[in-house]
Amino acid sequence: MTSQLAPEPAKARRTPTRPGDRVFFGISFGAALVILLTLAGVAIFLTAEGIPGVTASADQVKSGLSFPAYVGPLVYGTLLAAVIALVLAVPVAIGVALFISHFSPRRLSSVFGYVIDLLAAVPSVVYGAWGIIFLAPTIVPFYRWLYDNLGFIPLFAGPPSATGSTILTAGIVLAIMVLPIVTAICREIFLQTPRLHQEAALALGATRWEMVRMAVFPYARSGIVSASMLGLGRALGETMAVAMVLSPALVVTPNLISSTNPNTIASNIALSFPEASGLTVNALIASGLVLFVITFAVNFAARAIVDRRKDFSGAN
Amino acid sequence: MAKSIDVSDLNIYYGDFLAVEGVNIAIPARSVTAFIGPSGCGKSTFLRSLNRMHEVIPGAHVQGKVLIDGEDLYADEMDPVNVRRMVGMVFQRPNPFPTMSIYDNVLAGQKLNSKRMKKSESDAIVERSLRSAGLWAEVKDRLSRPGSGLSGGQQQRLCIARAISVEPEVLLMDEPCSALDPISTSVIEDLIHELKEKYTIVIVTHNMQQAARVSDETAFFNLSGVGKPGKLVESGRTEKIFSNPDEEATEAYIQGRFG
Amino acid sequence: MTTTDPRPQRDRDAEELLSSLRGNTLPLWAPRVVVGIAATVAVLGALSSLGVVRGVLLGWLLTFALPIWSRVVEGPRKATDRLVTLLVYSAFSLALIPLGSIIWTVFSRGLSVMSAEFLTYSMRNVVGEGGGIYHAIMGTLLITGAATVISVPIGLFTAIYIVEYGDGNRVSKGIRFLVDVMTGIPSIVAGLFAYALFVLFFGEGVRMGIGGSVALAVLMIPVVVRSSEEMLKLVPNELREASLALGVPQWRTIAKVVVPTALAGIVTGVTLAIARVIGETAPLLIIAGATDSTNFNLFDGRMATLPVFAYTSIRFPGVPPEFSIDRGWGAALTLLVIVMLLNLVARLVSFFFSPKGER
Repeated sequence: MTSQLAPEPAKARRTPTRPGDRVFFGISFGAALVILLTLAGVAIFLTAEGIPGVTASADQVKSGLSFPAYVGPLVYGTLLAAVIALVLAVPVAIGVALFISHFSPRRLSSVFGYVIDLLAAVPSVVYGAWGIIFLAPTIVPFYRWLYDNLGFIPLFAGPPSATGSTILTAGIVLAIMVLPIVTAICREIFLQTPRLHQEAALALGATRWEMVRMAVFPYARSGIVSASMLGLGRALGETMAVAMVLSPALVVTPNLISSTNPNTIASNIALSFPEASGLTVNALIASGLVLFVITFAVNFAARAIVDRRKDFSGAN
Repeated sequence: MAKSIDVSDLNIYYGDFLAVEGVNIAIPARSVTAFIGPSGCGKSTFLRSLNRMHEVIPGAHVQGKVLIDGEDLYADEMDPVNVRRMVGMVFQRPNPFPTMSIYDNVLAGQKLNSKRMKKSESDAIVERSLRSAGLWAEVKDRLSRPGSGLSGGQQQRLCIARAISVEPEVLLMDEPCSALDPISTSVIEDLIHELKEKYTIVIVTHNMQQAARVSDETAFFNLSGVGKPGKLVESGRTEKIFSNPDEEATEAYIQGRFG
Repeated sequence: MTTTDPRPQRDRDAEELLSSLRGNTLPLWAPRVVVGIAATVAVLGALSSLGVVRGVLLGWLLTFALPIWSRVVEGPRKATDRLVTLLVYSAFSLALIPLGSIIWTVFSRGLSVMSAEFLTYSMRNVVGEGGGIYHAIMGTLLITGAATVISVPIGLFTAIYIVEYGDGNRVSKGIRFLVDVMTGIPSIVAGLFAYALFVLFFGEGVRMGIGGSVALAVLMIPVVVRSSEEMLKLVPNELREASLALGVPQWRTIAKVVVPTALAGIVTGVTLAIARVIGETAPLLIIAGATDSTNFNLFDGRMATLPVFAYTSIRFPGVPPEFSIDRGWGAALTLLVIVMLLNLVARLVSFFFSPKGER
């Protein structure tokens, strides 16, 4: 037997490529390059336009604050609203996804899936309008109840807002907005669980819930994480719902139901940009860059989790 | 029009991994040559190297020569696209194009290459190919229906019609019956018998009876060991391989002692 | 054996097995009855002095009688199963509440201003009552249309590169990563990007329709890439091999076999991507701005769009507020209907035009 390794580089042979193939490949690769350039552009242009805003002194911008003092409360508000949204949305989303994938009557499940997808179709501005005109006034009694009964928790320290325009209302609207995204991904993953795994579990005498726990969840774990990550990304960057619901201030407070609320970066840009000029615009762009970095970090961290778990999920 | 194939010292690699080693074989024209052997011994890989289809997998390449009537398939100036027009292929699972009608499926080789044809000409090709594939009588009234609506056996014959409509010299079949029921299998086997009048046919099969029934020549492939490359053990007239092989391993495999 | 049962052992075994298989189960009607009672209580409670919210909550709590009953009769495993089933159904019902509320709010409020005049007049020289959203509809269609024209070729060809050429190599993994990053770009940041880009050419304070298209394209491209990629991956490899084995060059195989096979899915994906960006407000607020007049030129000045119009009308209604807020709801309704129609079209396309293969 001869050596198993290739004794000479046989790949050196170049097969003649057809012009059609070369052109088509060029177009495809060019399109991929456009994506690279766009992202580089986003980073470069935002940095270039943002830096003057970061270095501007306090009296040069409308807010009258140095950049860190300006953007700090906004970052807090952004994270707070997104976390509220995720805490509220993910458990419900997993439940809804399970309902559609495993619990609802077979024939109706696609109809139910479509109904939930309708939530994703609703434009953000409609959510915002609904949030401020319907939800906020409706939910005021609930805030009063929270204040009366759970007021000892700093989150509900109040005094409750009389209009309902609070960060919690914004968080609830955000939760409804991210719900369909998280649901849709979870549902897909649940449905992709290998039939054989599920039947194996059922054949062992498992109830439906035990089958879900034994076969579906282990398979879907990384999918649920990535779904939540996408939901978080959406909640972090969502502008209109917050911009329409909140009457914001530049504060840092754990209080979710009072009338003094932290603003989010995105909402602050939307509210301030149309009337901004000069270095204030640059400061706003710089805050946008901060938002971009935060969402990027979230996506990146979640991706690392997904990749690490991929090997164990049973998917291939 | 059928041509013979001469393979000398062919090594097939996937990246750095040597999958098939040192194949020397002469495949005569207008005959059926069957490749048999246990799973993973490289017979399908070798088959795919005969029309450079294995190159579709990134990193796959070969060393050695494959001559079809004296012309080296792997010569520098050879375009794999032209090689594949000359050497047609039928796959394990029937794979008609789902977006095309039966008619268009048969003409796929021409249509996908945007060859212009008169209607009468294309009609003639479709009828001739479907007749050769023994499918004409069954589908002539529904040529505009989608090909995926046919039964598995009919789909496989449609794929054969598609392969022969471009008039190849050689027809490679990679376990063409493994996804079919016994009746469809026997229809395809009869078809192979008729087709060898015009084409050089190479067929990979797991089914030894099938090899004995349809082939004139048989080549036995085996692994030289776990993790080692596959190789051609011996080849020759089918009667000889099945009744009086030279190698111990061939006899053991044919008698069902392993594999 | 001391039993006096005269039947053969085999029969007795079978009977034992059967009764153990039957176990102790709740009657089939149990869930229906419990839910029925709970629903009745909820309706009565809602109508009584308890109010809707408390009534529904009370009814919901009553449904937990089912797992408790099951715990007593069927044991813990089945009770857990029933509890989870109940929770899962509850989650779905909970999700329906905001959906129903939103759709009802938008339709009931938006329909009150809907008229031919509302859809065909702009807001030019309108103070107080009257006017319409024609300028915003046109702006939305133009800006989104241009965004689609930019995104589809880039997105589709990138997907082709990733699936057909890159197949797992380092470059395609890098591109996929970038697409994922791009998916995460917040819409307001896309707007800032477009602004920062256009400032380079047109100076500070630039407002332009095409800028909105660029911003929307940034949001749309990754969606198109992702969905097209999924669809291209669904095309069985056997079809590519069949085509290549017929002596068809790779680019023709992609253009004539792979893409057509995936076409219905790709069109569905693109339509859904359009539906997603057509409702985007934030980037347009920044780069397209708002105006009361109809502007058909993407390259010249401010352009009104439905979402921005709805936002400004509702958030900054002016005095008196009611006319402006009504118009805002009208714009929201129009937008919602457009988005719903796009979703419907997407579904019809994927339903009617998907190749019906064996698999």
